Order: sequence, then C-alpha cells, then structure tokens
Amino acid sequence: MAEAETSRRRERPLSPHLQIYRPMLTMMMSIVHRLTGAALFFGMLLVVWWLIAAATGPNAYANVQWFMQTLVGRLILFGYTWALIHHMLGGIRHLIWDLGYGFGPAEREWMAVANLVGSIGLTVVLWFVGYLMLGDIR
Amino acid sequence: MSRSSLRTPLGRVAHLGTARSGTRHFWHQRLTAVANVPLTIAFVLIVVGVLGRNHAAVVQILGSTFVSIVVLLFVVSSVYHMRLGMQVIIEDYVHDENLKIAALMANTFFTIAVGFAAAFATFKLAFGL
Ligand code: HEM
Repeated sequence: MAEAETSRRRERPLSPHLQIYRPMLTMMMSIVHRLTGAALFFGMLLVVWWLIAAATGPNAYANVQWFMQTLVGRLILFGYTWALIHHMLGGIRHLIWDLGYGFGPAEREWMAVANLVGSIGLTVVLWFVGYLMLGDIR
Repeated sequence: MSRSSLRTPLGRVAHLGTARSGTRHFWHQRLTAVANVPLTIAFVLIVVGVLGRNHAAVVQILGSTFVSIVVLLFVVSSVYHMRLGMQVIIEDYVHDENLKIAALMANTFFTIAVGFAAAFATFKLAFGL
C-alpha cells in the first residue's frame, strides 16, 4: 500500500499519451487493425442478413441482391471486403509477433507495408474476379 | 514488485485481469484467429462462387453438405473471435463499471444472437424446408 501511496503522490501518468508520438505507419496499422476488427463485428450483420435471406426465399434474396447492386451497397461490400482482408493479414502479422518474430525495425516496417499493399491489392483482384464472374458490369 | 508497476493494489492480490480472466481470453483469441484464416479464405471463395446466381442455385450451393459446414465453422469461429475482440475494446475505453458491465452484456447478447441466427439459416439451407 505504501508503494501505491508514493506513486500516486508523484502523479505519474499510467501510460504514455498518444499525442506525444509522431504518427508512424506501424502505429496507424495498429489502430486500423482495431478499426477493421470493430467494423467486421458489425459487418457480421451483412453475412447473417445474406444467409437468412437465402434461407427465407426468392423474394428476400432478391432484396439483398438489389441492395448490393446499389452504389451504397457496393461501397459497403467493398469496404467489408477490404476490412476483412486487411484484418486477416494484420492478424497474421500479430501471430508472427506472438511466435517471437518480426520485432526488428526493418521487419516491422516491411510487414506493415506488405499488410497495406497486400490488402488493397487482394481486394482489387477479388472485385475484378467478381465482376468477371458476373459476366458484365451491372 | 517494481515501484513503477502499473498494476493496482487490488489487481496485485487478485491476479486477475479486468474481465476476471486473462490467459484463456488471450489464448482463445489466438486460437480463433488461426482458425479464421483458412475459414475466411474459404468463405470469400464461396461468396465469389455464388455471385450473381439466382436464388435456387444459391440455395443449392449453400445447402450442400461441405459448403454449409464451412459456412457454419466460419460463422462460429468469427463470432467467438469478435466477441473476445470487442470485449478488449470495451475494457480499454469504457471505464465506468456499470456501463462496462452493460456493454459486455450487450456484446455477448449481440454475438449470440448473430451466431444463432446465422447457424439456424445455415441449417435451414442444408436441410431444406
Ligand atoms: C480472418 C482472419 C482473422 C485473423 C487472423 C484475426 C486475428 C486477430 C488477432 C490476432 C487479434 C488480436 C489483436 C491484438 O491482440 O491486438 C484480433 C482482434 C480482433 N478481431 Fe480478428 N482476426 C480475423 C478475423 C476477424 C473477423 C472475421 C472478425 C469479426 C467478425 C474479427 C474481429 C476482431 C475484433 C473485434 C478484434 C479486436 C480488435 C482489437 O482489440 O484491437 N476478426 N484479430
């Protein structure tokens, strides 16, 4: 208890304040991993809506298909695709760290770049394939 | 114990994290993260595969045994993983004890509702009706 008293009197900050850091790529990526995780949390509603609609019948499914073809629907779906891939690659980065690798300054930096380039690249490729599957741009 | 320890005196004697369980939470987050990698890839491929198809074709694909098992596993693993993840986010930002408990409850209710709804739909697609 005595120990706690002294540290309280000195008013040490519990953790470094975010504002004192110069923004860095790795730091942004850490925040983005959390943001994409939170977005995917609510994005799961899209998955459920889609599955329930398919299980309900042709009309319900047609509603989903109609919504996903609107501009808003496409933007949401595009964002969901990117968030999912970005979070997956970012998660793999976390798992590499958990195994004890990838902590060097150069490794941290290139993994962050690979995460970002990979997620954007894969999302674009996936959507390209998607439009090929649809046969024509609708 | 070093003098600059970040732990509270209570936390020091209780040996528990903010949600009263630490290691298991961390471990399950990693477990589901690893499971999510192949499951997410499979799920995305399934979605691309049914793109633009009519309802009957989609039902046939989603209702096939293998696909419905993969979709079910994706949903269960994701829902469990996202509940653990959202719990950490809540613990980081919600400091009022009552509000935190309410948020943690809402987190669990939401994930269970979403998980069961998705699982039910998957079963219905697989078994017809
Ligand atoms: C696709 C493969 C996925 C992998 C490899 C993965 C990996 C991870 C890892 C390792 C963490 C912990 C990060 C940390 O300790 O700071 C995490 C956090 C999180 N994940 Fe995932 N995840 C995946 C998919 C998903 C999905 C599909 C969702 C939602 C439906 C999701 C939601 C979350 C949330 C909400 C967090 C908490 C974020 C935070 O604490 O900053 N993840 N993920």
